[in-house]
Amino acid sequence: MNQSWIRIRAVMRKEFREYRRNRFIIYTMGTLPLIFTALPVISLFSISSATPPSVVRTQVAITLLLLLVIPVVLPATIAAYSVIGERDQGTLEPLLTTPISREEFLLGKSLAATIPTVGVAYAFFIVLVVAIRLGASSVVAHAVWQPSWFLAELLFAPLLAAWSVWVGTAISARSSDVRVAQQLGTLASLPALVLPLLMSLQVFKPTATVAIVIAVALAVIDVGAWRIVSKMFDRERLITGASAVTMRAEAGT
Amino acid sequence: MAERQWFARRRYGFGVRPVTWQGWLISAVALGIAIGALTSVKKTDGDILFVGVIGLYLAVAYSLGGTKKQVDTNVRESDADDDHTLDDGVARVTVPPEIYGSQTPREIAEAIVSRSGKFSTAPDDEVTSDSVIVVEHLTKQFGQRVAFEDVSFNVRRGEVFGFLGPNGAGKTSTVRTLSTLVSPTSGTAEVAGIPLDGGHDIEIRQRIAVMTEVPGLYLRLSVTENLVFFAGLYGYRDPQPRIDRALEAVNLSSRASDLCGSLSKGLRQRVGLARALLSDPEIVFLDEPTAGLDPVASLEVHNLINALRAKGVTVFLTTHRLDEEEKLCDRVAILNTTLRTVGRIDDLRQRMFRKSILVTTVDPLPDPDRLFSAIDDVASWTKDDNGGYVLVVSDVRVAAPAVTRALVAGGADVLSLAEGHHSLEEVYLELVGSAGQGGER
Repeated sequence: MNQSWIRIRAVMRKEFREYRRNRFIIYTMGTLPLIFTALPVISLFSISSATPPSVVRTQVAITLLLLLVIPVVLPATIAAYSVIGERDQGTLEPLLTTPISREEFLLGKSLAATIPTVGVAYAFFIVLVVAIRLGASSVVAHAVWQPSWFLAELLFAPLLAAWSVWVGTAISARSSDVRVAQQLGTLASLPALVLPLLMSLQVFKPTATVAIVIAVALAVIDVGAWRIVSKMFDRERLITGASAVTMRAEAGT
Repeated sequence: MAERQWFARRRYGFGVRPVTWQGWLISAVALGIAIGALTSVKKTDGDILFVGVIGLYLAVAYSLGGTKKQVDTNVRESDADDDHTLDDGVARVTVPPEIYGSQTPREIAEAIVSRSGKFSTAPDDEVTSDSVIVVEHLTKQFGQRVAFEDVSFNVRRGEVFGFLGPNGAGKTSTVRTLSTLVSPTSGTAEVAGIPLDGGHDIEIRQRIAVMTEVPGLYLRLSVTENLVFFAGLYGYRDPQPRIDRALEAVNLSSRASDLCGSLSKGLRQRVGLARALLSDPEIVFLDEPTAGLDPVASLEVHNLINALRAKGVTVFLTTHRLDEEEKLCDRVAILNTTLRTVGRIDDLRQRMFRKSILVTTVDPLPDPDRLFSAIDDVASWTKDDNGGYVLVVSDVRVAAPAVTRALVAGGADVLSLAEGHHSLEEVYLELVGSAGQGGER
């Protein structure tokens, strides 16, 4: 295993330990998905066997696409706290005097926010599809138990979560206040919901080709976001509150 | 120099990525074949989705991380080069192999040499071959505000170097600059023989440890969990023996499983010290290490600093406690935006204060002026607050016997006669006392 992964893993483990000791994070991760998905899920169970297949497919598509809200919304607050929170509690300076690079630090932070989010999203998806198989009408079960939906969930949950995390981390790296960062982080992650929304409104059809194109675009954006956020991570600004580039310009050197 | 490789290993993820036009050509041909094969077979949505998913993850894995930093595209020539030992011409420093990642120490050293033309050399006559911190005309400005200006000094291997100054003098900014947290506005510096030029920050941070004024601990984590985290940041796979040693050194083994949030300020300070010791650093920057500690704990920290010195570790000590500096430091520097002085405390005293003899008698002398003026080696005299006499002399060894004889001849009952001693506090106040507070913060 590469040396860098030891540092990335160290950051992740530390983050997981802190999550476990913070009840607010645990409760939020458990309850927020319920709030978002309760109504559409109930509507699926109310569909009878006599409902036309096209109506069933539309309802299923809307519900399952709404499940993708979970990985977008859930990590936004955690990511927004990731850098500014370290600074706020006085741990950033000792951390930055170790050999960890900014890419390793940010990747560790983002993976620590993404992995539990994706886990929760997958868990909700699995519980839902199993419940539908056991309790919903056969037409609904048939419409849900399609390989394409499983692959779409498998694919989009991490990509959307990563997007939300990088947006939150970018805001966190440039903010001066934890509360502002968390509010902006949640707000800025919402544009990622436009795609599932457009699909659920039938603006364009969620075919395999569309899914792949969107997934590739999201993957490229996620990787690009990592690079951009890493560039935005200015040690000097974070420690002293002033950018090195700006200061050099002001000092005339 | 060997021909450059077509593909390079990546720092993150797995596999390789092309770094030359040949590598890119091979990649493009492979991609073309894959697309051609996909378009020539019968397709279903499932096939496309499956291939898409695999392709997507390969694309992500392929683009993650980028190439490792290339010192030289030559492969390692022999195992003998891979001994993870740096030779800077002064001392061989053995460093655990894991902290170097995929580059050998020799590669890192070659990179430094190729960049700066030197590894660890003396920039001027004052710098000895033992210097581990060399600072030359270093300046840091925050916009128009000067944190410190034109600062030059050097710190030698294994010495305890005190860094003094009033609040806002630029001490913390200097430590932050030398520990690569902020970049200097102008001037040059070398830390552990590595130039402070922004290109070798990680190498510098591998060799130093910083204990900040606020310990900066994760309060929801236990003492051990905090140390495990930081050991991970230094790349240690099995950190427990190091953690045990560090906790033992600061006498905290019995509190290893306590949450840091439940510890007193003094104990948190000690955890911060343990963290600084984890990586066996060459240079330790300590910012107010005894702040908030009781006298016994402070004494333990002093013993620890002395133990570090005995091991050859360089300690850069920033503190407001002048008695601490006087007790521990081999040399001190006094900063008040600009460097006021640097040197051994005894040398500073001699440089700044004239030599003196303190005389105390049972009863006041009837005519001290006549008595002391008659002694050739006494330049002047004053009465001190305790009723004694302070005689300014050119040479204590010559003047003291003459003063003794004169006092006895004059019938004085001498209580004590001692060489005048100026504390570091007096030196400090002389240099910065009238200047007031610095300009930083």
